[in-house]
Amino acid sequence: MASFSAVCELDMACNSSGCESGCYDREKDNGSKISVEDAVAGGGNQESVCVKCKCNEPMTFGDGGSDDGRFCAECFRNNVFGKFRLAVTSHAMITPSDNVLVAFSGGSSSRVALQFVHELQIKALKNYEASRDRSLPVFGVGVAFVDETAAFPALSTETVDASEWIRSTVSSLSPPAKDLHVVPVESVFGSDSLDARDRLVKLLDSVPDDTGKEDLLLHLKMLTLQKVASENGYNRLVVGSCTSRIASHVLSATVKGRGYSLSADIQHVDARWKVPIVLPLRDCVRLEITRLCHLDGLKTVELACRSQCGINDLVSSFVALLQEENPSRECTIVRTAAKLTPFYFNKIPETDDSNVPMATQRRLKRFNLKYDGSMTTEAFCPICNGPLNRSDSSDLDTFEEGQEADVLYAACCSSCRFQILPEDGSYLEQFSSFLPDHMISQVKHQKVDSQAHLREKIKDCLLLDDEEVV
Amino acid sequence: MEAKSKKAVASRLCCLCNLRRPVLKRPKTLQQICRECFYEVFEEEIHQVIVQNRLFKSGERVAIGASGGKDSTVLAYVLSELNRRHNYGLDLFLLSIDEGITGYRDDSLETVKRNEVQYGLPLQIVSYKDLYGWTMDEIVKMIGLKNNCTFCGVFRRQALDRGAALLKVDKLVTGHNADDIAETVLLNILRGDIARLSRCTSITTGEDGPIPRCKPFKYTYEKEIVMYAYFKKLDYFSTECIYSPNAYRGFAREFIKDLERIRPRAILDIIKSGEDFRIATTTKMPEQGTCERCGYISSQKWCKACVLLEGLNRGLPKMGIGRPRGVNGDHKMETKKPGSVAKSIESKQCGSLDF
Repeated sequence: MASFSAVCELDMACNSSGCESGCYDREKDNGSKISVEDAVAGGGNQESVCVKCKCNEPMTFGDGGSDDGRFCAECFRNNVFGKFRLAVTSHAMITPSDNVLVAFSGGSSSRVALQFVHELQIKALKNYEASRDRSLPVFGVGVAFVDETAAFPALSTETVDASEWIRSTVSSLSPPAKDLHVVPVESVFGSDSLDARDRLVKLLDSVPDDTGKEDLLLHLKMLTLQKVASENGYNRLVVGSCTSRIASHVLSATVKGRGYSLSADIQHVDARWKVPIVLPLRDCVRLEITRLCHLDGLKTVELACRSQCGINDLVSSFVALLQEENPSRECTIVRTAAKLTPFYFNKIPETDDSNVPMATQRRLKRFNLKYDGSMTTEAFCPICNGPLNRSDSSDLDTFEEGQEADVLYAACCSSCRFQILPEDGSYLEQFSSFLPDHMISQVKHQKVDSQAHLREKIKDCLLLDDEEVV
Repeated sequence: MEAKSKKAVASRLCCLCNLRRPVLKRPKTLQQICRECFYEVFEEEIHQVIVQNRLFKSGERVAIGASGGKDSTVLAYVLSELNRRHNYGLDLFLLSIDEGITGYRDDSLETVKRNEVQYGLPLQIVSYKDLYGWTMDEIVKMIGLKNNCTFCGVFRRQALDRGAALLKVDKLVTGHNADDIAETVLLNILRGDIARLSRCTSITTGEDGPIPRCKPFKYTYEKEIVMYAYFKKLDYFSTECIYSPNAYRGFAREFIKDLERIRPRAILDIIKSGEDFRIATTTKMPEQGTCERCGYISSQKWCKACVLLEGLNRGLPKMGIGRPRGVNGDHKMETKKPGSVAKSIESKQCGSLDF
């Protein structure tokens, strides 16, 4: 079941230590079996038959991207879907007893994720109806759209239109029917919408750094999604992040000093959260996704609030520039980052739950073997939920008697401290009051954990019980 | 409101000493400070880096890689100053490499010769021509402008070790600054080199090799080095290498310059990320052996310099560039490609080393 990457074939990863020059040209010198120039140029040199199935006419997208005109529509589609399905099965992302929430922004990646999940569900339903014993249930699918109008009031009409469009899109994806949850991002603060909206605006306004503000909003969006998922009985959250988005994240995390927690964010599975996040499109590049949308007539909507500023925007432009120079650069970036050691929570947790089919349990055990090792508990930043590098986080115990604000400062990662927390310590108390309760409770949770963490390390040498320790 | 007016007053005085008028904005922190305070924080930070990382031991002979450029000139100046002020007890030397680049290197070498006099540090010059039989001018003529930085970098590394051996020094220091290291971190991510990524942020490298080397400027911003040289009116040569415009590093450099404009501390954040990356220790060190041809330290059968030289001498400029096609000894079996430049220069050995 080899699922090769149409675009990534180009990438003969520049693992060579001596290479300074752009890989793209070198491939030709090294006698590459791909003649990209021919494909892109079109005309006389173009392959007249799909290079995979060798029978259908190849599809030309005419978008100037690499590998154009090499595969027929069917092979192209099968390739992309194949990567999706491989990710889902090998990481046990979606199993028959699951209830899956798909985060849908209206953009192309999440549209494709939604489409593919829907197709998996249809197939599962067909199998269910065809099977005699009906032993494997069909997993449930819901869709969530986070409304960011409160943060971008100027875009309220645009967002209302988008919501309508999303509603009709989701209802067209049935049977099986899918619940749609349109949630305002301020709902993390509570159900009183006016008060919540007010708190959101106050919180965002108190962050002077543009990049920090943008990142904080992303963290709040994730909290919103988690809230929707757990309140409505979902046990998986599907996020449509593609290779290209992850490549940008690798670089932006690096430049923000988040090198330690980076490997947690870019794996297929992120089970830090109450509802584990899965990334089934992680191995697909944006070019493939936009082409697929074009091919299948999948409509998308790009909200203006998607546009970035500050550091995130700079990184996106940088990656776009690198891509021009070498179209497989984003694959190389993600591949490099994938060599970083992941965390213990980067896998679907094993379960003895009898509701989970045995086959799934066995697959989990087999897959999780490679994560064997120290099950060290990590402390997490209350704002970004990034695992903290123990060696450079402040000692929480010294803030035993301190204010809640000081404890917040000590509990955060250095990146959030710089770009999100107010520079002036006297505003910290006020800022703390603007944060959603969930984040604050994380702080307290962490403080307790820090002592427990130390105890865990020396437990075998302690002679007295906890209460008797002087 | 009171805080605001206090701020207004403070901006008319150096925010560190509150005595003198500020004349500059510190690139690293954007603080507005006077010259004297700038010299002080600049020098003190470097001193702290040296002390906290235990870079030197008293009585050591230390060679400063000196190109005549701003980094090495400021390094020579500051190191001799701190050596005096804090009694490091070091014996300092200047070591310069002549790559044979007309119009660039010969000019910068004059600067180093002046530095020798100005700072009172003995100078040793080692040239590619003597070591390898090739100047960079000759190399570029043969291979063009695409991979020339690869050749120069590999040759320079060995040349520094040779020079250090000649001077009989215990340690080599280079002027790599924070910008350089941040660029290298980014480059290694972009090019998929996880092994190098894990090593490139180390302040000291090669402790198990012939000559350990360290980078006291690891946390020093390039802009601050320039500022220091400017205010102190230090003598340095300020032109970029004429062969460098095509280097891939240029991408990373431009990006970092843009980044610095938005968020100056990002440069240090990149280095921090590089130090914090979770990389399995098994990926860190390649197996260390010696080159069969010249005896230099190498993880392959032949050291990179020998491979490149062999390529040059046999008119096969691509040898050693790109991914290895099997054991690099196999390169000996390659037949000469038709039509390649047949330069009749005798294959010169790297030379035997006496460490």
